[in-house]
Amino acid sequence: MIYQTIRENIPYLAEGAAITLALALALLAIGLLVGVTLGLMQRYGGMAVRLLATLIERLLRAIPAVVLLFLFYYGISTFYDISSFAAASLALGLRSAAYQSQIVRGALASVPSGQMAAARAIGLTRLAAIRHVVLPQALRQAIGPWTNEALSELKDTSLAYTIGVVELMRQANYIVSASYGHTLAVYSAAALVYLLLSLAATRALARLDHRLRVPGLVH
Amino acid sequence: MSSRNLMRVSHLTKYFGDTPVLNDVSLEVAAGEVKGIIGPSGAGKSTLIRCLNGLEPIDSGRIWLEDTELTAARANLDRLRSRIGFVFQDFNLFTHLSVADNIRLGLRRVRRLGRDEADHIVHRELARVGLESKWQQYPAELSGGQQQRVSIARALAMEPELMLFDEPTSALDPESVGGVLRVMRSLVAEGMTMIIVSHEMAFIEAVANDVLFMAEGRVVEEGSAEQIFQHPQQRRTRQFIDGIAAALIGEASEEGGGA
Ligand SMILES: Nc1ncnc2c1ncn2[C@@H]1O[C@H](COP(=O)(O)OP(=O)(O)O)[C@@H](O)[C@H]1O
Ligand SMILES: [Mg+2]
Repeated sequence: MIYQTIRENIPYLAEGAAITLALALALLAIGLLVGVTLGLMQRYGGMAVRLLATLIERLLRAIPAVVLLFLFYYGISTFYDISSFAAASLALGLRSAAYQSQIVRGALASVPSGQMAAARAIGLTRLAAIRHVVLPQALRQAIGPWTNEALSELKDTSLAYTIGVVELMRQANYIVSASYGHTLAVYSAAALVYLLLSLAATRALARLDHRLRVPGLVH
Repeated sequence: MSSRNLMRVSHLTKYFGDTPVLNDVSLEVAAGEVKGIIGPSGAGKSTLIRCLNGLEPIDSGRIWLEDTELTAARANLDRLRSRIGFVFQDFNLFTHLSVADNIRLGLRRVRRLGRDEADHIVHRELARVGLESKWQQYPAELSGGQQQRVSIARALAMEPELMLFDEPTSALDPESVGGVLRVMRSLVAEGMTMIIVSHEMAFIEAVANDVLFMAEGRVVEEGSAEQIFQHPQQRRTRQFIDGIAAALIGEASEEGGGA
């Protein structure tokens, strides 16, 4: 009976898992783009730029995720017809950017200053030196801490359920209300799917880390 | 040797905070000249040589590379740096790039050469430092001496008019020093203009046309290698040269005693 409920609803759980994964990828991509920008601003910007980046970072970290979700969905809806998926990607993506910027800033600082000096010494501009020498080294350094951030965001996609994104958690809720009494089983199945997604993400990132490893260099 | 000045430095002064690190330093380097800079640790040698390609900002004084003033407010420092090769004490090879890519980066992004032309120069310069077979390796896979030779190749690939060396052998095992000095000797033989900061006194004495002795941020004495090493005029210079000779003798007798 329980098994049947689960088995019948596997397609819905899979659909939810797909949306969860898509949301995680979208928010992490936004977070990476904005996070790297904020990190670079904080590391290399002048006084005003650094201050601005730090202000944005603090602000995004101070606001609860659910408030950000409501702000971006219901707030933007008042003047633009935004989908709940897009709003969730933006809200969670920007919050992730704040965390990712800290990772990037630390990784940039860990690149020895001789690397920048050597890059400038052959005539590269500061921007080119950052782009071709410092940033690639920093991003490799960042993969470890970035994996933690990615896993944490994967779980937090479930918050998007509050603004109606039909991701894994919301699918589980639908199934629960349609099938009387199997609450525990259905949520357990959802938990299992989150676990599987986490394991897959960890593996993929470990493989990336391995592939980008520089020969001879001990991390 | 032509007497045309390739680099001219006049009344250079630099502070770190309130401490003067360079105090009214002036020097001239003729095209084809090899200038040695020696002096105790903390004398300001590294700071001086880093000022010469604009890696360190200065507080006052002026620096020219031929007719272009590095210290001018509107100087294109990136452009000027590409004309000056710099070899660091600790190599500073780009750790994430292969040997070939270390050399290729400046060729592609600064000199804007095409792929084939860049590859041609990569192999030419690696051959020049005797490491042609290492082009696919990464810096961490090479010995210190090999890394330093790659870093010399990286600088030479830009076809600089002047090469600056900041203690290129100080971070090396004794057995790696020879290979790097051999490469530098071949540059001397080719007529490259060079400024070399080094503690390898025998090497400086052998290759330098002119030697600066620095202490406490000043040029204490400048003269021919023979003057500085054999007949120093200043008491401070004599102390330094004698001190090094004594240290070398001490080392030699220690080794003798241990054997
Ligand atoms: N970035 C820096 N900040 C502050 N002081 C420095 C810095 N770099 C060098 N110094 C100081 O300047 C002096 C000269 O240093 P340096 O040029 O490295 O001497 P050398 O190369 O002759 O050993 C030393 O007293 C050193 O402590
Ligand atoms: Mg030094």
